[in-house]
Order: sequence, then structure tokens, then C-alpha cells
Amino acid sequence: MRYAGIDIGSRSIELVVVNDACKVLCRFQADTGFDPMAKAKKIVNRVSYDRIMATGYGRNLFEISFDAPTVTEIKAHARGAWTLFPGSQTVLDIGGQDSKAIALFENGNVKKFEMNDRCAAGTGKFLEIMAGTLGFKIEDFGKEALMAEKGLNISSMCTVFAESEVTSLIAKGQSRQEIARGLHDSVIRRAISMINRVSSEGDIVFTGGVAKNLCMTTLLSEKLGRKVRIPDEPQFVGSFGAALLALEIG
Amino acid sequence: MKYDIMNKLQQIMEQNLIDIEQAKDRGQSAIGFYCLYSPMELAVAADAIPLPLCGTSNEPIATAEEILPRNLCPLIKSSFGFAVKDTCPFFRFSDIIIGDTTCDGKKKMFELLSRYKPTHVLQLPQSQDTAMALSLWRSELERFKKIVETQTGVAINNDRLRAAIRLMNLERGARKALMDMNKAKPAPLSGSQLLEILFKVGFLADKEKGISLMEEVVAEAKNGSFLSEDVVAGSRKRILLTGVPVGLGSDKVVKIVEQSGADVVAFENCSGYKQAFFVDEKTNPLDALAEQYLATPCSVMSPNNGRFDLLKEMIQEFSVDGVIDLTWQACHTYNVEAFRIEEFVQKTFGMPILHLETDYAESDTEQLRVRIEAYLEML
Ligand code: SF4
Ligand code: SF4
Repeated sequence: MRYAGIDIGSRSIELVVVNDACKVLCRFQADTGFDPMAKAKKIVNRVSYDRIMATGYGRNLFEISFDAPTVTEIKAHARGAWTLFPGSQTVLDIGGQDSKAIALFENGNVKKFEMNDRCAAGTGKFLEIMAGTLGFKIEDFGKEALMAEKGLNISSMCTVFAESEVTSLIAKGQSRQEIARGLHDSVIRRAISMINRVSSEGDIVFTGGVAKNLCMTTLLSEKLGRKVRIPDEPQFVGSFGAALLALEIG
Repeated sequence: MKYDIMNKLQQIMEQNLIDIEQAKDRGQSAIGFYCLYSPMELAVAADAIPLPLCGTSNEPIATAEEILPRNLCPLIKSSFGFAVKDTCPFFRFSDIIIGDTTCDGKKKMFELLSRYKPTHVLQLPQSQDTAMALSLWRSELERFKKIVETQTGVAINNDRLRAAIRLMNLERGARKALMDMNKAKPAPLSGSQLLEILFKVGFLADKEKGISLMEEVVAEAKNGSFLSEDVVAGSRKRILLTGVPVGLGSDKVVKIVEQSGADVVAFENCSGYKQAFFVDEKTNPLDALAEQYLATPCSVMSPNNGRFDLLKEMIQEFSVDGVIDLTWQACHTYNVEAFRIEEFVQKTFGMPILHLETDYAESDTEQLRVRIEAYLEML
């Protein structure tokens, strides 16, 4: 049998299909765009599966259009991360528009979680906008930040205020790499306080698109003093988890 | 056909507006209240109509923000906005306002509110278990009594006070009986129905009407009139909502919980079970009022041990599966207390808790839904 998991986020949609042995058979990714259900349909039509489970912010719409069961992204990420790294008890997920820290029981069930609130502070979107302001490509942003010897202090976490803070630092002739480093520092500080609210020890599984940013992963393990484990395809962990849960409901 | 309480309630509410208007024409006073700490008995004892004015609607907030800071508790902004816009009939009916020095935001708001209505602010102590706190509160109630006497021209003697206590005890008793219905499994009343009834009854000028309505609902609920057929018994998780006051218009969390397939069976807040107390009818009435009202377990008190006791009792008696602790944005007292509440529930019952911080606007509905659904998945 083939089990699909679809993660409909506010910025992108991911789909993963697994077999009975939990092995990934295929994956797809696309931008969500302005019509998430039309996009979801397109992706879903490209694969064959026996059962599908939806997660992410568009899950309830998907449930209505496709008559499929749903699960929250909290549980989906927890299951995905725990399966990729058996025994792990803490997950940090930073995606396009939200971030969350999840503590797990030994059996992989969710013990406690924290999420960011309404605004984009501390998410992928924040980094993306700041990279743009500094004139870096988002793929290089982390690498550039890592090259700085120190980070400049950025006090605003609000995207709008931080942007003007960055602009004035550029105007003062400060190094762009140091500003970039400072921005990463501030996102990390926020992520760490979120992690500390849910768990105090053990390895961290870092998921979501932002886990591909080298500066983020390096700083996270440095500042936290805990081992950080990154999946090969960190942005697919939610959809992978949903696929596993589709398998589990039997 | 099903017993249609909501329709009936609506009719009573409309009649109530006419009743109050007529009563006012006959010279009866109305007194506006903003907090559970000030005893409505003092108004009732002088034949005045007590009206709860706490704002629960998002609508007037934008107007309030022209004067008040934006990062203030929505309950305060909503209350104030109603006054500025003059869109709440109950505010308009009120001849005078009684406030209390509860949280910082509210007491400073009252200074501004006095521009719109004669406002009297009672000095509420910040703790409950010292003799000094009680005697201060007792003397404030004495002052409150004189304010009401001046307003109404009625001398409040002990007999009048006793009668008022008796009536309000009956009302609170009816509220408690109504809320206690939901100790049954499955809960006969949905959280939003319960909330709506409790909320609306509070505005009724004729307390007897409210009491008999609640008794009627209890009788109907016992016959299963409110249970919908499609709900499989025991399939829905039972949630207790604790924290800030919730009313019509500020009940989005209750609605999301229900949409997510769970029931809010109990409210540990001042719209709900914090009102389920009785004032001693035998001792000196003003002493009894001072003592009982001061004991209200709200987070503005420090310490606020009563809330932990009440929570424990309710978690057991309503056999709940989970607890959601709600804080309005910028409410520091409930927000800080949330840490200890979580610790307490976790330690005592091994139960996870969900702490939510939000306001009256709908803009974060989807974020709240993820949190609530994820929490329900954990239970
Ligand atoms: S929550 Fe506390 S301060 Fe607010 S109305 Fe209720 S008792 Fe008063
Ligand atoms: S909810 Fe908190 S901040 Fe708002 S009025 Fe009540 S005690 Fe004050």
C-alpha cells in the first residue's frame, strides 16, 4: 500500500508518499500561491496512493475538498522527526511563517509544545526579508553570516522595525556580514527561549526550511550546548509525519 | 421539536430593555459594575438595578484605541470603547459606575471613564488573608453603601441587605445548579450555550426571572433536551476553561474547541464558577459581604491560592480531560500566574495544559486552531 502525507503551509506545499515499511517513495514541493486547494489538487493528481493524510495550515480546507483525515503540524512534525531520529525528544521547526518547539515522550507522542504568535518574527519569512534588505540571496544568507567574526546587535524582532534598523546600519557603513550574523543571532535567541520552555536536555531535531541555513544550525548547537540533528530534507518532515500517520490509522 | 431556550432568552432580553427603561422612568436607579469584587447586593438592597458592564465585544475597541494605548487588555478597551461610543444600552442606563482598583489598566481606565459617567472606584486590597485587608474592604463597602444611598435616596438597613443577599444567593445558586449540570457525562449543555445563558441572565433587571429561567433550563437539560443525537457518548474530550472572563463576543476559544470536536464543560473564571459562592445569611450582612466577596480567587490578588483550590475541585468534579488557560493580551496578572497554574495542574493531575494568549479580534483564529487541535491530539 502507498500512504501519502500532504503538508499545506502558508508558503509551500509538500507531499510525501511512503510504503508499508515507512520508506519514502517520492516527494514533491510547490509554492502555495493564492489558491492552495487548486495547487494541492495538482500535486495530489501526480501521485498514486491508497490513503492520504493532510497537515499544515490548509489541512481543514483539504479535509473538506478531499474528504481526507487531518492532523496538526505539531503532531506531524513530532512523528516525522521521531521516526527519522528514533529516541529524540525535542523538535525545533522553523518554517516559512511559523516556528515551534515540541517536546516528546519516549514513545514519540507530544508532551508539550510552544509556537510563535501572529507575526513573522523568528521565522523563515523574517530571514528572507532581511536577506533581501541586505542584498544577499537567501541560499547564501547563512554562509555569509557565518563569515562574520561577530554579530551586530539587532534589537527589534518585528520584521518592520528590524528592517529599518538594518537599513540604518547599512547607511552607517557597517559590514553586511556582521549585520547578517546579528540577525541570525536574534532568531536563534528566540528559538532557544522557545526550546527552553519545553525541554532542557537531549538532542534537538531541527526541521523546516530554515534548518538548511548553515548559520542557524551552527549557532543553535553552539549556543544551546546540545547536539542538533538535521534531516536530509528538513522541509519534508511534516508531510513525512503525516504519511506515517496515514499508515498508522490502519 | 426541541426546547428552544435561545429564542426564549432572546425574547426575555428584549423585554428586559423595555423593563429597565420603564423602571428608570419611574425613578429607579441603575448602577453599572465592572468586576465581581463589588457586591451587587448593595444595589439590590436600594431597589437599584445592577448591570454588569464588562466589555466582551471587539467592535468598540478601535474607538477606545484613539485614547487608550493599543497594548492594553481588550476587556478594558472594549469596556471603555462602549462608553465613548455610547453604543451599549446598559452603559447608557447606568446612573453611576462602581469600579474597583483591580488591575493597573482597569483602575487607570476608570479615571478616564469618569468623564462619561459619575464613577466611584472602591479601593480593593491586593491580598485577602490579613485583618487589615478585610477591614479596609469592609470600610470601602460602607462607603459604597453611602454612595448608593445618595444616588437612590433609599436608606439601606440590615433587613434590606439581608433580603438582597438572600435574592442574590438564590441567583448564584441557580447559576451553580446550571453549571453543575455539566458534571454529567456527556455534558448536557454545550459550553457556548452555557456561556450565553449565564452571560445574558446577568443583565436581567428582574432577578426572579433569571432564576426561574435557569431552573427551567436545568429541568429541560435533565430531560436531555439539549443533547444532539449525533454525539456518541464519551467521544468528546471534556475541557475546563480557566483564566480571564469570557462573554458573548469574546468566546472565540470556546467556539474553536467545539469546532475541533471537544466540549468546554466548565468555566473557572468570573463569568462562570467564580460566581458560584454563597454569602452567609446569618451574620452581620455587611461583614458577610466583605468577607465573601474579598475571597474571590482572581489573579489580581497576591497570593491567589483560592484559584488553585477551586481548580483542583473543579477538575475532579467535572472529570475533565484537559485544561485551557486563557489570558487576554496585556493582562499581566493572569499571564504571570499561568506558569504556576500549568505547574500545578501538571503536578497534581499529570495533565498537560494549554495556555493561550489572545485578544478579541478574529485574526489569529487559525493559529489558535492549530494550538487547540494539537492540544486535543495530546489528550
Ligand atoms: S477577572 Fe478579576 S478583576 Fe477581572 S472582573 Fe473578574 S474578578 Fe474582577
Ligand atoms: S483580564 Fe486582566 S488586564 Fe483585563 S481587566 Fe481583567 S485583570 Fe485586568
